[in-house]
Amino acid sequence: MGPYLLRRLVIAIPSLLGISVVLFAVLALAPGDPFGELATNPAIPPEVRMALRVKFGLDDPVPLRYLHWLSAMLHGDWGFSFASRINVDTLILQRLPATLFVIGSAQLLALVVALPVGVYAATRPYSVFDQIANTLAFVGFSLPTFFTGLLLILVFSIQLDWLPFVYRADIDATGWHWYWEQFRQSIMPITVLGLFQGASLTRYVRSAVLDVIRLDYVTTARAKGLGERTVVIKHVVRNAMIPVVTLVALQLPAVFGGAIVTEQIFRIPGIGALLISAILSNDTPVVMAVTFVFACLVVLFNLLADVMYGWLDPRISFG
Amino acid sequence: MAGSIPASASAEIAGAPQRPARPFSPWLDAWRRFRRHRLAVASLFILAAMIGAILLAPLIWRVAINDIDFSAHLEGPSWAHPFGTDDLGQDVLARMLYGGRISLAVGLAAMMVAMVVGTIVGAVAGMSRGWVGPALMWLTDLFLSLPQLPLLLLVIYLFRDTLKAMFGVEGGVFILVVVVIGGLRWMPVARLVRAQFLSLREKEFVEAARALGASKLRQVVRHILPNALGPVIVAGTIDVAAAIIAESTLSFLGLGFPPDVPTWGRILYDAKDYLDIAPHWALFPGAAIFLTVLSINFIGDGLRDALDPRKVM
Repeated sequence: MGPYLLRRLVIAIPSLLGISVVLFAVLALAPGDPFGELATNPAIPPEVRMALRVKFGLDDPVPLRYLHWLSAMLHGDWGFSFASRINVDTLILQRLPATLFVIGSAQLLALVVALPVGVYAATRPYSVFDQIANTLAFVGFSLPTFFTGLLLILVFSIQLDWLPFVYRADIDATGWHWYWEQFRQSIMPITVLGLFQGASLTRYVRSAVLDVIRLDYVTTARAKGLGERTVVIKHVVRNAMIPVVTLVALQLPAVFGGAIVTEQIFRIPGIGALLISAILSNDTPVVMAVTFVFACLVVLFNLLADVMYGWLDPRISFG
Repeated sequence: MAGSIPASASAEIAGAPQRPARPFSPWLDAWRRFRRHRLAVASLFILAAMIGAILLAPLIWRVAINDIDFSAHLEGPSWAHPFGTDDLGQDVLARMLYGGRISLAVGLAAMMVAMVVGTIVGAVAGMSRGWVGPALMWLTDLFLSLPQLPLLLLVIYLFRDTLKAMFGVEGGVFILVVVVIGGLRWMPVARLVRAQFLSLREKEFVEAARALGASKLRQVVRHILPNALGPVIVAGTIDVAAAIIAESTLSFLGLGFPPDVPTWGRILYDAKDYLDIAPHWALFPGAAIFLTVLSINFIGDGLRDALDPRKVM
């Protein structure tokens, strides 16, 4: 396990570097001056502007600027938010927990829905249950998150008035009351994101289980007298999970996309909402840093998927 | 050489009149299999009806999309305005018909970009026997792990103004959205094409073509690509749906098309603050997006049954 993990870590570094090159290239190719908001402000005299340009290194050649930016990022110097007047890293650290909470719970909900439904549908292919589950899965991933979000608000907040539609980070309550309020305000965003993910996941689980369930070793397991339950859970599902883990990891970029939308609809103070507000107020350092954080999260979760792989498929560790 | 012995019993005899037997072609066969997927056929009709409405209805429904009428603002559906009106009293049906053309055009154009880029990358990677293939696949994996929506937002944020100045407001945003969405969706196509090429290029018929001296380009275009097309078409169909969702998401976040170009996502963005007093304004465009995406996804599923030979059962 140890050397395998180390190898995956070493492979992850070039892809992080590659992502940072892509991000920086986009920024460098962009017309105009990304940091121009500060430097072209007419209230700032030309000498100060020149000093600022030199300070930010805006006139250096692009590769040099990339190295500067990279080393600054690695040193934890993520720049200064023009709009919020605080350091970018503090800003992101404030916002990150809300995003991770919503994404994590949504992913959990997706798994809780998709695993039993997908496995059950695959053990009875083309039955009524399978067909209904399949149709619902299609409906689920054809409903864009922004529309389901609005629909839920319309039904549960406006018509029924059961749930709050604005997510608050500062609930003025303590103890159980706090947990209750937190639970109430999280239901809708997590449902929107979780069901969207769960729908496509159900199809993946179903087809992965279908691929495995007709293999010879499953027949062997049945032949030696194991109960159907043990066969499915211990022998089929464990092997079927291997491709599913990859797909869950590969889907993560899409999850972040959905998270941005849900954060925007329900006004969750996460990094997705931060990205949108930073874009609308031309806050370049924040935009760059948030995009990079999203990229890092994707790479991190890919790494986690690889670790899961090693656990699910013991052959990998020795390979 | 008239009168020579045919190579096999079924070989065509020159000059003899051919009996018009049941015509057989792979496309006809695919259509036969596609028809068995009832939901896909129904979706085909729904999508055709929607496209027909978007293209033809503006000829009948002659209400201007920017006809402001404050006396009729935020009204629910009525005979004068079947889909109601928005906060400026503009007709939602007329705006949806206009916006639908753009939403669908973006979906199709972005799909074309993704297919062309993906096919070229996949074909080059699949045909190369040196370092080019692995390098291209590393690039593909890199793009796969990019966070799509944040990057989309970043690129649009940085390039929007320049392209607006070059191609006008509508054209600039259209080109930008299409190129960016297409440019971030080619990776699955590239992987599919490469996988197909790797197995097809070793097949006997390609070897025969190679032995006859066919150039690499001819091998690819005439022999390998047509055989690899099935899964690519399926992926392309689903890409249209994904591109429509991506465009609507951008517009919904207020970062896609400007307000005077009412794509479905943009109408939803404008409507979301009036959800309590005018729910119809959000429901109609939302339902249109949902119905379009759902029927395209079902058609893609039907096409998979019809064209993808790897299908199970």
